[in-house]
Amino acid sequence: MKRLSSYLSKYTKEAILAPLFKLLEALMDLLVPLVVAYIINEGITLNNKQAIINSFILLIVLAFAGMGFSFTAQYFAAKASVGFASDLRQSLFDHIMSLSYKELDQSGSDTLITRMTSDINQLQVGVNLALRLLLRSPFIVFGAMIMAFTIDARLALIFVVTIPLLTLVVYAIMLKSIPLFEKVQQKLDSLLGMTRENLNGVRVIRAFCKEDDEIKEFEKRSIDLTFMNRTVGRLSALMNPLTYAIVNIASIVLIYSGALSVNVGTIRQGDVVALYNYMAQIIVELIKLASLTITINKSWACGKRVAALFDVSPSLTYPDEATDIKDNTYQVEFKDVSFAYEKGIDAISEVSFKTKKGQTIGVIGSTGSGKSTIVNLIPRFYDVSEGEVRVDGLNVKDYSRKALLDKIAIVPQKAVLFEGTIRENMRWGKEDASDEEIYEALKTAQALEVVEGKKEGLDHIVEQGGRNFSGGQRQRLTIARALIKKPEILILDDSSSALDFATDSRLRKAISELDKQLSVFIVSQRTSSIMNADLILVMDDGKLVAQGTHKQLLKESRVYQEIYYSQFPEEAGRQGVKVYA
Amino acid sequence: MPEKTSTSTLSKLLKLLDKYRVDIFFSIILSAISVITQLYVPILFGEAIDELIGVGMIDMSLIMRYLLRIMIFVGISAFCSYLMSLINNRISYGTINDIRDRTFRHIQKLPLKYLDGHSAGDMLGRVIADADQLSDGLLLGFSQLFAGAVTIFVTLYFMFSRNVEITIMVLLLTPLSFLVARFIARRSYQMFVKQNETRGKQTALINEMITNEKILKAFGYEERASEKFAEINSDLKKYAQSATFYSSLTNPSTRAVNNLIYALVALFGAYKILNGSLTVGGLSVLLSYANQYMKPFNDISSVVTELQNSISCAERIFELLEAEAQSADPDRELDVKEGMIDIDNVCFSYRKDQNLIEDFNFHADPGMTIAIVGPTGCGKTTLINLLMRFYDVDKGEIYIDGQEIRSVSRSSLRKSYGMVLQDTWLKKASVRDNIAFGKPEASDEEIIEAAKKTHSYEFIRRMKDGLNTIIDDDSLSQGQKQLLCITRVMLCMPPMLILDEATSSIDTRTEIFIQKAFEQLMEGKTSFIVAHRLSTIRNADKILVMRDGQIIEQGNHDELMKAKGFYFELYNSQFAGKQL
Repeated sequence: MKRLSSYLSKYTKEAILAPLFKLLEALMDLLVPLVVAYIINEGITLNNKQAIINSFILLIVLAFAGMGFSFTAQYFAAKASVGFASDLRQSLFDHIMSLSYKELDQSGSDTLITRMTSDINQLQVGVNLALRLLLRSPFIVFGAMIMAFTIDARLALIFVVTIPLLTLVVYAIMLKSIPLFEKVQQKLDSLLGMTRENLNGVRVIRAFCKEDDEIKEFEKRSIDLTFMNRTVGRLSALMNPLTYAIVNIASIVLIYSGALSVNVGTIRQGDVVALYNYMAQIIVELIKLASLTITINKSWACGKRVAALFDVSPSLTYPDEATDIKDNTYQVEFKDVSFAYEKGIDAISEVSFKTKKGQTIGVIGSTGSGKSTIVNLIPRFYDVSEGEVRVDGLNVKDYSRKALLDKIAIVPQKAVLFEGTIRENMRWGKEDASDEEIYEALKTAQALEVVEGKKEGLDHIVEQGGRNFSGGQRQRLTIARALIKKPEILILDDSSSALDFATDSRLRKAISELDKQLSVFIVSQRTSSIMNADLILVMDDGKLVAQGTHKQLLKESRVYQEIYYSQFPEEAGRQGVKVYA
Repeated sequence: MPEKTSTSTLSKLLKLLDKYRVDIFFSIILSAISVITQLYVPILFGEAIDELIGVGMIDMSLIMRYLLRIMIFVGISAFCSYLMSLINNRISYGTINDIRDRTFRHIQKLPLKYLDGHSAGDMLGRVIADADQLSDGLLLGFSQLFAGAVTIFVTLYFMFSRNVEITIMVLLLTPLSFLVARFIARRSYQMFVKQNETRGKQTALINEMITNEKILKAFGYEERASEKFAEINSDLKKYAQSATFYSSLTNPSTRAVNNLIYALVALFGAYKILNGSLTVGGLSVLLSYANQYMKPFNDISSVVTELQNSISCAERIFELLEAEAQSADPDRELDVKEGMIDIDNVCFSYRKDQNLIEDFNFHADPGMTIAIVGPTGCGKTTLINLLMRFYDVDKGEIYIDGQEIRSVSRSSLRKSYGMVLQDTWLKKASVRDNIAFGKPEASDEEIIEAAKKTHSYEFIRRMKDGLNTIIDDDSLSQGQKQLLCITRVMLCMPPMLILDEATSSIDTRTEIFIQKAFEQLMEGKTSFIVAHRLSTIRNADKILVMRDGQIIEQGNHDELMKAKGFYFELYNSQFAGKQL
């Protein structure tokens, strides 16, 4: 929380002035009953018309001064709260951008988005309200009490009793109902979850004829929620009648004691009216304060969540400058690498292999066997738990971030494009890429036809996520986006799955003709995609069970045979091999 | 036109509230009593204050009588308002509950055509959020509107009873505060529009960048993203500051107008007292009323929005409730003897202007395995929809052992099929409840036996609480989920099957288990299987080849290969990779 308040310190001036002006406004409000008392005591009782006129003018002045003060307060509050939230939003965004894959996996994007949007918005509302009103209500409550003392100390004692009593009642009800509100929310969530589940599973539910059971379950949860709501409702229903009764009983005592005092001449009629008015002001403010407390409570919770996110620091750190490359006999080298996404459950263990410049490396294995993990370790998206990953002879941990990223381009499984033009999307790979460079990359990625099919060419707008392109088109565009980088190592992480065999093979051919120095990692489930690779890594259950060329593996590796023959049963028949699938 | 719909919505709403007639009646009475007594109390205070005429002149017993009366009225008012809140709670939460249950019930009866055509999020919104907003807004709106109206009339009555001229003056000045509020609202509205637009853009950017942050990082795009964000963020800051500022001017401004009126009342009141046409207590009444009388007016705009909101929620709910339910079920039960299926001259399409399946004829002997084959998105689910009668055919008939499926109850038809979809769905419940989904009375032994047959018992046993482990979508792997779905069907042992092979690859071991489980299940049963695996396809007795939603070829593997049609092409394309 300390961290968050530092964002407000930039607006210290505003944060002080806003409540200050609000207090001035409150002061104007507090003076009104005194002026009215003056009208009664001086003007009416003594028949002093000048006093009445003066008081009237004073009331008008108070009204407009109050408005002026209030405007000023609102101005500063708006400036401070919105400024605070904007600055916070920017740094939180930058902070999220700095997180490593590991933290992203842990938090999940939904949570991060909620922190960025609704939590910060709620925080903004909370800060704004707090600046304007947090001091005002207590000020008026205690101000009214002090004013009462200036009128008559003995009668003011009624205030001294009433205010704590009211506060007690208001806060007791709130304290009791806030946990109940949380329970209501839980019940509501459970009802929501159940309904969502029902809608998603409608076919299965109907196939098993479970509609009536679902209705029964829904009604049970629904009535649960209703009971909870009623319980809270009964409690909150107490608030208004109770405070109303307390204030009026206090007023009754006030008038009674006031009558006795007037009778003996210690105070005057107008003073009693003023005291009565102050009592009325107190109740209004206390109710306001209660609802304010609820809002601020909510914001506080949001603030805590935002602060907790700031506490998550990126797990990867980079040296500022790259160490010189010593020995680049091997371009990528894994030395006994183990890695776990979650502690204790190794995604890959003890993987070792070496590749040379210009090689094509195929990675094959079933889902969950650790194929993607291997290629994610090359650009150091994650740090290994054991062993070493070297690129050009140098441990990836010794590279500066930029140096490493410049060498490697990765085409992820999920083909995502971003809102903007095709050109803007292509420039993700290289900020200043010329149209020629873009066209060249598109051509290699077999994506030329995608662009040529569009009237606006490279200026064609890509909708969010690229939903106005088919899966195959998106994949080819994402491949082009990676090629523009002119990387030394290109990683295709199962990124041609939506392409038909012919396009896939043309793509591989075009890439291999690009540059003899370019190394390509192809992760795939299809044997046909990696058959011609210089080196094939066969993954099974997190272990590198075999490596070699297609020919070698077909002879030596049982797992590779299994995969291959399950995809080419004809071959299996010819070879007389038992097919599992 | 829109007025007409909202009146009819209103009448439907009233019907919904009919159950609570008596409650509503009492609520209104209590509300009236509490508002009137609440307003009468200041008058009594004013009269009591009037008795404070000077030193030694006060009749304390008279004051006591006033105070006692005040006490009684305060008591009545507090009690009535508490009672009213309780009754309102009853009405409000009761109607929400009724609406919720009714909509959910109705959804269970809606044809799948409707459900497929509407997003789950939209329906969810109607069942939960709209129902909430409807009853909340309606009740709050009406009770505030009613209390507001009573307040205005009673206050005016009391004010007139104290002094006619001052009351008329207050009445004439009231519109001033509206004008000020309107003036400000119009200014701030534009700022709000801009703020919301910019905020929308920003949210979209946040969504895009954070959801795909891994890609972003792979390209080292963070700084550019940050710059983009900063640009929108500074715009938003500008608009939000103005919007927040302008909108917060309304309150102080109307308050200033109210204070102005207050001052005028004080001025003229004082003169009236000097003339003897008003008492000090009377002035105190007028002063406190001048402000109270304004309050309902200030609140009115928010009340109206609230009501409008509820009406539109009501419209959405009624739209759902009035959507036509599926046709009534015949009483006759389907009696499956051997599982012979005949499809005669069936025509079907999802949309009137688009023919999908035309004159489709098909016969399956009992115990046959029928493979449904085709490229992704070819409409294999359409066939499942028709067989399970999730959708009704447009023309033609489907017979099971000579019984037309529309002549028997849906439940008896659906219970005769065991269905395993690729899109695995499990309830958030224990493993046991999930397996026994179709047969809740099954014993643990039966469940375990079924689980053993599908090779899922191994991983179930290893789970924290075995069969009692609560599972949800994230806690299991795709393969485990699929195995549980198969076990679920295994337990029921229905006479016919509809199976959907998984396309997404699952690890080899699990895949073999699933395959074996399928084989176990299919033994001797008429089975439809959406097939992706060549071995499955070749072993099938019949193959239905689908493309673009239509069934274009049928026969067994050898027949279809000979025909050299689409199947031939499809089959060969699987091997095209070999030459590359």
